[in-house]
Amino acid sequence: MARDHRPAVSDQAQRAVEAVWRIESARVVGALARYTGDLALAEDVAQEALAEALVAWRDQVPANPVGWLLTTARRRAIDTFRRRSALDERYVALAHGLAEGEATSGGDAPPSGSDVLWDPDAIGDDVLALMFTACHPALSREAQIALTLRVVGGLTSEEIARAFLVPVPTVQARITRAKKTLAVARAGFGVPDAAERPERLAAVRHVVYVIFTEGSSATSGDDWIRHDLAREAVRLARVLTRLVPDLYTSLPRGSGPSNAGGSHEIAETYGLLALLELTAARFPARVDEAGRPVLLEHQDRRRWDRQAIRRGRAALARAVADGRGLGAYGLQAAIAEQHAVAASVAETDWDRIVLLYEALGRLAPSPVVELNKAVAVAMAFGPAAGLALVDRIDGLPAAYHPLPVVRGELLARLGRTAEARAAFLEAARLCGNAAERAVLEGKAAGLA
Amino acid sequence: MSKYMLIMRQTDETNAAFESSGVSFEEVIAMMGRFNQSMIDAGVLLQAEGLDDAKNGVVVDYSTETPTVTDGPYGETKELFGGFWVLDVPTIEDAVEWAKRAPLAGPGMKAEIRRIPSIDEFPQDNEWIRKEREWRETTGQL
Repeated sequence: MARDHRPAVSDQAQRAVEAVWRIESARVVGALARYTGDLALAEDVAQEALAEALVAWRDQVPANPVGWLLTTARRRAIDTFRRRSALDERYVALAHGLAEGEATSGGDAPPSGSDVLWDPDAIGDDVLALMFTACHPALSREAQIALTLRVVGGLTSEEIARAFLVPVPTVQARITRAKKTLAVARAGFGVPDAAERPERLAAVRHVVYVIFTEGSSATSGDDWIRHDLAREAVRLARVLTRLVPDLYTSLPRGSGPSNAGGSHEIAETYGLLALLELTAARFPARVDEAGRPVLLEHQDRRRWDRQAIRRGRAALARAVADGRGLGAYGLQAAIAEQHAVAASVAETDWDRIVLLYEALGRLAPSPVVELNKAVAVAMAFGPAAGLALVDRIDGLPAAYHPLPVVRGELLARLGRTAEARAAFLEAARLCGNAAERAVLEGKAAGLA
Repeated sequence: MSKYMLIMRQTDETNAAFESSGVSFEEVIAMMGRFNQSMIDAGVLLQAEGLDDAKNGVVVDYSTETPTVTDGPYGETKELFGGFWVLDVPTIEDAVEWAKRAPLAGPGMKAEIRRIPSIDEFPQDNEWIRKEREWRETTGQL
């Protein structure tokens, strides 16, 4: 910890400011972006306000921290616009906004109050618009993730860098570039039109899902930090399930027919939440005492988080209740649920899992889904049936080591020892993780 | 993420001040509802319960050789418990910030914030911990 040179009080004050920021930043940046129509500017001035808060709140967090942050950020926005040329169209836009209520507000005097920006009824819309804009299709996936964590999650560049095991300047550069891209793409700020919405919502869900998998794939070293990343993704999914239904119940006029897809969007958002809760439920059993990864079949199921399973199943039930069929996340959640409710590998309803994988394969075809289906088929109908499927899989990268791992397991169960051994050795050669490689080499040696 | 409990604590004085304030039950429900909703919307609320009036409660006092049972209110004991929230947040500072937003006010009104340790933090080879784990597992409380 690099906190040694700071007095304890200041350290505590900083943590308090960071906590306020995690709770309020989405609402602050959202309100500012709605006001300026410019997410990049909103983020810049919100960061400036945060930096000021770190100094000004050293002794005490003000009674109304949101109001303080909004007022300060708004003043910085006005300063910024004043420094720009009057020909800057965003200045014109802001001046227009000011004319409606704040025309006489001077640069030195604080705006009459943060309530100009603060519309409690718009908070949900602001946060949702923030998610849509951060996940804009003009941005790369990496940029979408960094921007979402920054503006929706309230994470600092340092926290994002630690979570993704990249240097801080890399994250800062990604965010700067993302903001420039939004500007040149004229991305604007807001909730997309009904026609665009399904695709844009899918992008938002995908970003939350990728944040989760980034966090959950960590198994050693800084893993607790990355677990926090996975938990943040679960929180974002919870927030989404609160906001997405509003899109389809309180829409402005003229959006009637387009609401037809709403129940599917709501169901799939609940499906995502269910998948994340049910997967996170297994975290406590995913590594052994030595920090080595433990495969699903060997996990101590008593360590699974039953409360998370209950929350996940409730979310899945909500997705199912819609009655229009599950989407790709809902189906994966349904598979996770089958594992969650089974007392052991042997007592798992593999027939049902095979059916769920078949449905998933039709909805979202991928060789990885086929490989998982082959494992389920082997469990339900025996290793020969599973192997036949594995050998038909096409389109996986040549270095994808889970394929020879599955082949090795199935060949071993069929008694084809020499072939199994070769498969495990091939998998070990392709595998990038030293701990896992040792396990695979051990399996090969055990078959000699 | 960790789990933190926000415990609502008040005194007789708080209750008296509240009763003379003229705030209606509907207003209390609305204020609490808005606070709870803000935590639900932020994805951090896991559980919340409010307790019935302390005068309907009973205290078992162990300071005597055999426990003494007293009907509520609690005599000279000034601290009363009103209810609790369980939050899923990364640090105690987040829990403190949420507590500041709770619609609680009045003389002696307090919220105490305590981390809820996971059962994983206890010795897993202890027989009683094992039994508790089993109970948590079968009742979905792990």
